[in-house]
Amino acid sequence: MASLKELKDRIGSVKSTQKITKAKQMVAAAKLRRAQSAAEAARPYQERLAAVMASLASKVSGDSAPKLLAGTGSDKRNLLVVVNTDKGLCGGLNSNIVKAAKAKAEELLAAGKDVEFYLVGKKGRAPIKREYADRIGQHFDTSTVKTPGFEEADAIAAELIEMYDAGKYDIAHLIYPTFKSALVQDPTVNQLIPVPSPDVADDSDAVVEYEPGEEEILEELLPRYVKTQLFGALLEREASEQGASMTAMDNATRNAGDLIKDLNIEYNRRRQAAITTELIEIIAGAEAL
Amino acid sequence: MPLHFELVTPAKLVRSEDVHMVVVPGAEGEFGVLEGHAPFMSTIRDGAVQVYKSEGAEPETIEVRGGFAEVGDSGLTVLAEHVEG
Repeated sequence: MASLKELKDRIGSVKSTQKITKAKQMVAAAKLRRAQSAAEAARPYQERLAAVMASLASKVSGDSAPKLLAGTGSDKRNLLVVVNTDKGLCGGLNSNIVKAAKAKAEELLAAGKDVEFYLVGKKGRAPIKREYADRIGQHFDTSTVKTPGFEEADAIAAELIEMYDAGKYDIAHLIYPTFKSALVQDPTVNQLIPVPSPDVADDSDAVVEYEPGEEEILEELLPRYVKTQLFGALLEREASEQGASMTAMDNATRNAGDLIKDLNIEYNRRRQAAITTELIEIIAGAEAL
Repeated sequence: MPLHFELVTPAKLVRSEDVHMVVVPGAEGEFGVLEGHAPFMSTIRDGAVQVYKSEGAEPETIEVRGGFAEVGDSGLTVLAEHVEG
């Protein structure tokens, strides 16, 4: 049985926790708006690039296609690029991403493929290391900058393409959260390298002139496309993190409120009981005289 | 007839407007785009895109880095990785 003082301390501690979760929730709500508008602002570029890629890729095919599009001819060694957040306090977001990554890894391993991880963000490292300690290759730290932007995407893409050119892996998959709403963030698995050929080639009859040539343009375009994919993933991660954090903190604040209410009732009851006992003692004492 | 010109970077849609002519620093030399230009695609080198709002007007220059230009039915689209200013 906790004493009255202990109960009081407990209420105090839950109250200060509630203050923290409430503050974090409001910060997340403000940041979410910014992250969402950033994600929206990036969309036109991605759409244009994808459209151009689609029209070009359908024209350049066969042997002349660059390696980034055609692949290495093997699908043995897989690289999983897992994008996690750097900070916690965002509910089940990171464990969902890790779960999706593990499922993909299991699927590939069961098919007899090699799997290696390339981790972006801090929070995925520990849970993946627990199971696949020897499969973790590189790690890209995004916690040093406040909001990861195009420069970070650029750096990650450069490193991935360098590893690809050096023949370190055959296929790269990108695993990142897609922001649906503040309540829902789905982990998504996309093939990153080789760049998947678009299914719908637009067959406009217009004869387009290319300068320098189709292949040269495509060669320059493909790394840019990979970069844009990564940039999009980083933006989605940012929005997802804030959304998940907002929801999780809202729940935590509400739970703390319930707990405080219960503890208060308990405290008052206990206090009343103590007063009653004291009164009974005094009356009994007076009567005995 | 004006030319529809769009300048897009990963961070945002920088320009979307109707102009008279745009001179783009293509990888193999500068080229000017007017309304009704044939479909065309080119990579661009780092340099200034010159936007002529109307005929004979002073051009407005925008420094761009890395990207490519596409001319289609909908006008000119310049996708640049980075835009100065």
